[in-house]
Amino acid sequence: MGISRDEVMRIAELARLEFGEEDAARYALELDLILGYVAKLEEVDTEGKKPLTHAQELVNVMRQDEPVQGLSQDQALMNAPARKGEFFLVPRIMDNSDED
Amino acid sequence: MELYEFGVGQLAEAFEKGAASPSEALSSVLERIGELEGEVHAFLLTDEEGARKKAKEADGLWAAARKGGARPAPLAGVPYVLKDNICTNGIRTTCGSKMLEGFVPPYDATVAGKLSGSVLLGKSNMDEFAMGSSTENSAFGPTRNPWDTKAVPGGSSGGSAACVSAGFAPFALGSDTGGSIRQPASLCGVVGLKPTYGRVSRYGLVAFGSSLDQIGPFARSVEDAALVFEAISGHDPKDSTSSPRPVPDMRKACKKGVKGMRIGLPREYFAEGLDPEVKDLVMGAVEELSAGGAEIVEVSLPSSMYGLAAYYLAATAEASSNLARFDGIRYGFRAPGAKDVVSAMKKTRSHGFGDEVKRRIMLGTYVLSAGYYEAYYNKALKVRRVLKEEFDEAFGKCDAIAGPTTPEVAFRFGERTEHPLSMYMSDIYTITANLIGIPAISVPCGLSKGLPVGLQLAARAFDEETLFAAAAEVERGAGFAGRIPGRIGGASR
Amino acid sequence: MSWETVIGIEVHVELSTESKVFCGCRTKFGADPNTQVCPVCLGMPGVLPVLNRKAVEYCMKAALALNCEVSGRTKFDRKNYFYPDLPKAYQISQYDMPIGKNGWMDVEVDGKAKRIGIRRVHLEEETGKLIHAGDDITSAASSMIDFNRCGIPLIEIVSEADIRSADEARAYLVKLRSILLAIGVSDCKMEEGSMRCEANVSIRPEGSKEFGPLTEMKNIASFKAVYKAIEYESARQAKVLESGGEVRRQTRHWDDAKSETVFMRSKEQAHDYRYFPEPDLVPLEIDRGWTETVKASIPELPDQRKARYMADYGLAQREASLISDDTDLSGYFEKGLEAGAEAKALANWMTGELAAALNASGTEIASSKVGPAQMAELLGMVAGDEISGKTAKDVFAEVFLKGGSPRKMVEAMGLGQISGEEELRKAALAVIEANPGPSADYVSGKENAIMFLMGQLMKATKGRANPKVANQLLKQELDGRKKNV
Repeated sequence: MGISRDEVMRIAELARLEFGEEDAARYALELDLILGYVAKLEEVDTEGKKPLTHAQELVNVMRQDEPVQGLSQDQALMNAPARKGEFFLVPRIMDNSDED
Repeated sequence: MELYEFGVGQLAEAFEKGAASPSEALSSVLERIGELEGEVHAFLLTDEEGARKKAKEADGLWAAARKGGARPAPLAGVPYVLKDNICTNGIRTTCGSKMLEGFVPPYDATVAGKLSGSVLLGKSNMDEFAMGSSTENSAFGPTRNPWDTKAVPGGSSGGSAACVSAGFAPFALGSDTGGSIRQPASLCGVVGLKPTYGRVSRYGLVAFGSSLDQIGPFARSVEDAALVFEAISGHDPKDSTSSPRPVPDMRKACKKGVKGMRIGLPREYFAEGLDPEVKDLVMGAVEELSAGGAEIVEVSLPSSMYGLAAYYLAATAEASSNLARFDGIRYGFRAPGAKDVVSAMKKTRSHGFGDEVKRRIMLGTYVLSAGYYEAYYNKALKVRRVLKEEFDEAFGKCDAIAGPTTPEVAFRFGERTEHPLSMYMSDIYTITANLIGIPAISVPCGLSKGLPVGLQLAARAFDEETLFAAAAEVERGAGFAGRIPGRIGGASR
Repeated sequence: MSWETVIGIEVHVELSTESKVFCGCRTKFGADPNTQVCPVCLGMPGVLPVLNRKAVEYCMKAALALNCEVSGRTKFDRKNYFYPDLPKAYQISQYDMPIGKNGWMDVEVDGKAKRIGIRRVHLEEETGKLIHAGDDITSAASSMIDFNRCGIPLIEIVSEADIRSADEARAYLVKLRSILLAIGVSDCKMEEGSMRCEANVSIRPEGSKEFGPLTEMKNIASFKAVYKAIEYESARQAKVLESGGEVRRQTRHWDDAKSETVFMRSKEQAHDYRYFPEPDLVPLEIDRGWTETVKASIPELPDQRKARYMADYGLAQREASLISDDTDLSGYFEKGLEAGAEAKALANWMTGELAAALNASGTEIASSKVGPAQMAELLGMVAGDEISGKTAKDVFAEVFLKGGSPRKMVEAMGLGQISGEEELRKAALAVIEANPGPSADYVSGKENAIMFLMGQLMKATKGRANPKVANQLLKQELDGRKKNV
C-alpha cells in the first residue's frame, strides 16, 4: 500500500492543514499504520449489507416554519477573531475558486 | 462522613430533611478541591462565584419545600461538573484545545439547561476534542488518576471521571464516542453510563462522531447514575436524532435484582491479551450475578474484533467534517500574520489543533475522499450493520452482554503515546456500543494492583433498566459504591 | 463545419419560507448585517440542524410542478469544502437521493414545442454573503461577511442537456420562473439573488451523438445575460475547434460589462466534496398521501393557462403559448381583459406591436408605458370606430414613448376618426370633383378605381376618415352619377 507524500499533501490541502517535510513524512507513516490495520475489514463479509448510517430508525423529524428569536448582533460577533463594525472580517480571498 | 463523600441521592435526601444545605455541600467540595486539585488537575475552569450563587438559590428552594412549598427538581443544589466539550452560556468552553481557548458560547447545551437547578462547579479536562483514551491529549496538561497520580485517568472524559473519583463532585457529565465515559470510569473506579443513542440530547455537545456521540453521567453509585440519567434524558426538539421514547423510572430498576436475567459472555472478549487479574475480577463480578439468580450463557460475536477498525473509519470521517468549522473566522483561535484567507485557515488549523486531532482529521479526510469512499467509509458502515445483526442475534439469547470495560488497568503517562494504534486498543470492548447505538455501563468490580477494574454491561437499545438492575447487583457484591481513594498523590484525606 | 450547441442549465432558487431551512432565524431580505443569525446557522460548536417542513413541501411542490417523481425515501448529505461564507465548512445538501427526479418541462420556440428533461430538484442551504473591500474579490485586501442569508432554503433545479440554443435556454428560464412564481415558492428575483443560474455549454459536430467537453458558466445575472453568454461561448468553442485546438472542461466566469467569458479554473482540478450522509438529520419517507396533498395545492400552471386561453378566448396556439409561458405577459393579458380589452385583439397587439416595441427599446413589459389599462383603452377606441387601425399604431408608438392616456393623445394629436356623414360627404364630393378621370372610370364600370379615390380621400382627411363610411359615401355619390349618365 503506502501513502505517498503527494497523497499526504493532497489530503492536507483538502483539510486546510499544512506540514513541513518531516511532519508530512511522519503523518504518511502513521496513516499507513492505521490504514494497514483497518485493511482487516476486508475479511468481513459485507455482501448485500446496507450501510448503517443512523443508529436509530427515526424518519421525518421536522419543525414548523415559525421564526424564533436568535442571537443579537453583538452575541453573534462577540467571539469573532476579527470584526469590522457589523461584519466578520477576513483577510484577502484570493480567488473564487472555492466558491460554488 | 463528610459532605463531599455523599452521593447524589444522599445529598438530595439531606437537603430535603434539612440535615445539610446546598451551600454547606458546596463548601465541602470546594475545600476538597482546594486541597487536591493541584495533584489531580481535573478542572480547566472553576466558577466559585457562580456556584455560590446557585447554591444559595437552592438553599432557599429546599427550605421553602420543607415548609410545604413546591418540591424542587431532584438534583437541585447538588454540585456537579461538566466536561469541557459541553457548551455553557457565558462560561468558557475549550474542548481541551487551543483552538477554543477563549471561546465563550452565547448558548447552553440542552443538558446544561436541564441541570440548571444543580450547582455547576466548573468544566473538566479532556483529551482535545474528545480524541484520546488518557487525557494526555489535552492542550492544557493531563489529568492524573486519583488512585495513582502517576497513572492516567483514561479518556477522553478523564477530568470528569477524576472529579467524581476524587470526591470533587458527586456526579459529572462526560461524552462517549468510542468509550470515553466507560473507559475512564473503569480506570478511576466510578460508575459511567453511555446511554442509548438518542436518549440524551446532543445539542450543545461539540461534535466528534455525530452518529456515535452521547452524553452520559459519572457517579460513585449505580443509583446515582440512574438519578442523573433520568434528569438529563428525554426528547429535545433541537436535536433531530433525539428519541421521542419516554424514559421509565430508573431508580426502581436499580432495585429489581437479576433473577431470571440472562447474562451473555462473548467468547471473543476473553481471548489472549486480557490481563489475567482483570479477567479474574470480571469473572468474579459475573459470579455475583449468577449468585443473584442470573443465568450465564455463552454468546458469540464473531466480528466484534473488527469493530475498532470500523470505528476508526466512521468516527474519523465524521470528525474530519465536524472539525472543519474551526477555521478562525467566526470564533476561536486565528493564527496571526496570514495575508489571505486560505493561508489563514491553514495556519490556524495547523497551530490550533494538536497532533492526535490532526492525525484523525487526515485519516477521516482520506477515507471520505474520491476513490476511497467505497473501500473505506462505506465498508465501515456495512461492518456496522454486520455488528448490529450479530448483537441482535446475541440478544436473542441473553438480556445483557458482560465483559471487561477495558483490557487493562490505568497505565502510566507516556506509555501509550508512541504508536497510534496502542492507545486505540483501550477501546476494543467499548466501541461497538457506539457503533450500533446500544446503552452500556461500566461498574467497578474490584482493584488489581491497587488500581480499579471495571465490568462493562451492554443491553438492547432503550433497555437501560436492565443495565441498572445488573450493575446494581454487581455493585452490591463488589462493595465499591461510594469509594474514594484514601490517599491522592502526596496528600491524604 | 456545422456545430450543434448542447446546453444544460442549473438554477438555484431561494424559497420564500418565513424561517431558515435548518433553524428558526428569519429570512427577510435587507435586514441589518448579522441580525438574523443564531448558533446553528453560524456553525458554532455543538449545534444541530432541524429541518423546516415547509421548505420540504415547497421543494416537493416545485418538483411536482416540473413533473418529477416525488415519493419514497430521500435524505440529506454533507458537501464538504472550505470557504469563508460557509460556516460549517460543509453545506447540507442532497447527493444521491434528491426529493424530485426525472421530470420535464415543455417550452415553445418559434412555434415549435420542445420537451426539456429535468434531471433533479433538491433541497439545500444558502451560504452567507461576502462583501469585498475594494472593487472585486481578487483585488480586495480584506472581505466582510454577513451571515443573514446563510441557511435560507435553496432548491437546485438541474435540467438534462436537452437545450440546443440560446433561444431555447431563454424560453426554459422564462417558463421555469413562471412556474415557480405560479406555485408561490419564491419571488424569483434575479436582481436580489433569489434566483441564480449557471449554464453548462458544449458543442459537437451536427449529427454527432457524443458529448463534447463542457464549460460551466457562472455569474450569469439575468436572462439576457444567459442568452449572450451562450452565444458567446458556443462561438468561442467553435473557433477553438476550427483552429485545430482542444476545448478543455473548465469553469468560466461571464463578464457582463465586457460581454465575454473568462477562464476561472480547469475542471480537472475539480473539488473533492467528500459527500457522505448527514448524520445529524434523519431520512425522509415521503408517502403518497403527502405527495398528493402537495400536488393538490398546485394552482394553474402555464400549460393549463395556455389551454384555457385557447379554449375560452379562442387564442391561436402561438400567441397562447407566448403569453402563458411568461408570468409577466399573462399578468398583463389578464389585467387587460379586466380593463375591458377584447381577448384576440389584445393577444394580437401584445405579440405584435407591443413585443416589437419592447424588444427594440430593450424594455421589460413591467416598465412599459403602455400598461394593460392603456392598451385596453386604445383597443376600445379601435373597436368603437373612433380611430382606424393605422392611427392606433401611431398613437401606440407615441404613448409607448411618452406615457399618458391614448384617448387624450388622440385628442391632442387631432387624430379622431371622422365618421360624421355630412363632413365625409363633403370630402368625398371634393375628391370626386378633383379627380374626374378615375371618377368617370368607376362610373363606367371600373370598380377598382374606387381604391384610388379612397386613397385620395384618406390623404385629404389625413387618414382620419372612417374607411367604411367613406367608402360607402363615395360609392353612393358615384352611383348617383351613374344614373345621370
